[in-house]
Amino acid sequence: MAEQEGGRAAHAAMHTHAPDPGHRHDLTYSDGCALDAPAAADFDPTALLSARGLRLTRNGRELLIDIDLDLHEREIVTLIGPNGAGKTTLVRVLLGLEQPDRGEVRRRPDLRVGYVPQRFDIDAVIPMTVERFLKLGGSNGRARIGAILDEVNAASTRHQQLSQLSGGELQRVVLARALLREPNLLVLDEPVQGVDYAGEAELYDLIGRLRDDHGFGVLLVSHDLHIVMARSDRVVCLNRHVCCSGVPETVAQHPSYMRLFGDAAPVLGVYRHHHDHSHDVAGLPHPVEDRQASERNERG
Amino acid sequence: MVEPFVLRALVAGLGLAVVAAPLGCFVVWQRMAYFGETVAQASLIGVALGLALQLDLTLGVLVIAVIVAFLLVWFGQQEVVALDSILGLMHHAALATGVIATSMIRGAPVDLMGFLFGDVFAVTTGDIAWILAGGCVVLAVVAWLWQPLLRLAIHEELATAEGVRRQRVRTIFIVLLAVTIAVAMKIVGILLVMAFLVVPAVAARPLTGTPERMVVLTALIAAASVLVGLWLSATVDSPGGPSIVLVMSLAAGLSLSLAAALRRL
Repeated sequence: MAEQEGGRAAHAAMHTHAPDPGHRHDLTYSDGCALDAPAAADFDPTALLSARGLRLTRNGRELLIDIDLDLHEREIVTLIGPNGAGKTTLVRVLLGLEQPDRGEVRRRPDLRVGYVPQRFDIDAVIPMTVERFLKLGGSNGRARIGAILDEVNAASTRHQQLSQLSGGELQRVVLARALLREPNLLVLDEPVQGVDYAGEAELYDLIGRLRDDHGFGVLLVSHDLHIVMARSDRVVCLNRHVCCSGVPETVAQHPSYMRLFGDAAPVLGVYRHHHDHSHDVAGLPHPVEDRQASERNERG
Repeated sequence: MVEPFVLRALVAGLGLAVVAAPLGCFVVWQRMAYFGETVAQASLIGVALGLALQLDLTLGVLVIAVIVAFLLVWFGQQEVVALDSILGLMHHAALATGVIATSMIRGAPVDLMGFLFGDVFAVTTGDIAWILAGGCVVLAVVAWLWQPLLRLAIHEELATAEGVRRQRVRTIFIVLLAVTIAVAMKIVGILLVMAFLVVPAVAARPLTGTPERMVVLTALIAAASVLVGLWLSATVDSPGGPSIVLVMSLAAGLSLSLAAALRRL
């Protein structure tokens, strides 16, 4: 992976190698967060989507700090991080829903995004059947809509009103809509909200299967480690800056990962995100000795 | 033999019923009723502007409506005060400014009641030309932008991620809304103009299953309300605009009661 991603993009990839005690970043924090000195960064032309040096400040708070990220075909990348880490903000910038203050996102000319947003509160005030929703804005025939609904196990919802679907059914229908666009990149922002635990595992299995069948790249946002890890090709941990990233197996054995997620609850997948550094008002990480001070500054 | 002024009222009312239907549906779908209300009440400033500069009043209203609409969109960009609070502030401020501005116009006293509640029987052939010409433009643009508008109404982020030009479509919609308000104001007045858009759409919603059918039914309910309202007005000599709105509201009340009753079954 480090060979594919040049220059500063390898920032994350370094962590995919076995720990090298001799290796030193300019700044290394005990949670494995390394803040590389800004360096010339090349966009990856083979990537579906290549972001370099993304910065975004809203209401005086830095939400994204020097984010580099590449998304490739057939690759499942999972974005994890605590609440307020900027996961959704980053996705919005990558999708072009929000403009970064600095940095750039380059999209491959043939990029076709299928998007499953975090919240899909369908308003009962708009009358809309599932079939009509899937036809909207595309030229999809009845047979194709039927096939895709079968694929996501939502065939029975076809003639129902969107507002009458359960959370899980609605997620599947929105996923079907994304698939109908024949995407080469599927973006799912916390797709399991409002879905129970079994449904969650099932949904991730489905996403993995769909990737195998369709060959698209997947960007998955989650705060749940356990189910996510098994299916991901690469995990990126975000806390306004990229804390660490790499192949799940390697990351899972990495000391910094153990420090980050060591006390994650085994069944529910709830983890607490401890840091031995704090982010100052400018958003830059500072090492601190005092754990309490650290947590105060983390703002949850 | 129908009196010419009754005929003009009928043509204006029916034309407006059709033009307002798709916009009314989008206003209801996007929870913009209060937004429209604020723009409508700012129209009085436009009337004063038109009178002071001796412009066409509809033009004055149109200019102010567009300005206020974009001011509201701009205020909505901040994230510390909810939009409904801003609208609550703005629609009173707009009405107060409008009343003061019209009271300061020299010359003949301004018929404030006429502007606030409209006078459907005083509609001129010039007004009808505005309604028909403006209406055709509005309907053509809505038909052209139907898919992107609908996709934005369902889920703005999803539509934008899929490539709908959010800013452009939204801007055009707001201009259309301002045009419709400016034209409709003549008939039903500043205070009741949003009722003409919103109430038939509310009445139609429980009875429909697709967005297109809702628009058609909205137009039918609005047109029927115009006919019944004008008949009522001619029969018991009640004010025209308020009579139409009253009939619409009764239809909405019936429809909502039906929906509530069916839900219990």
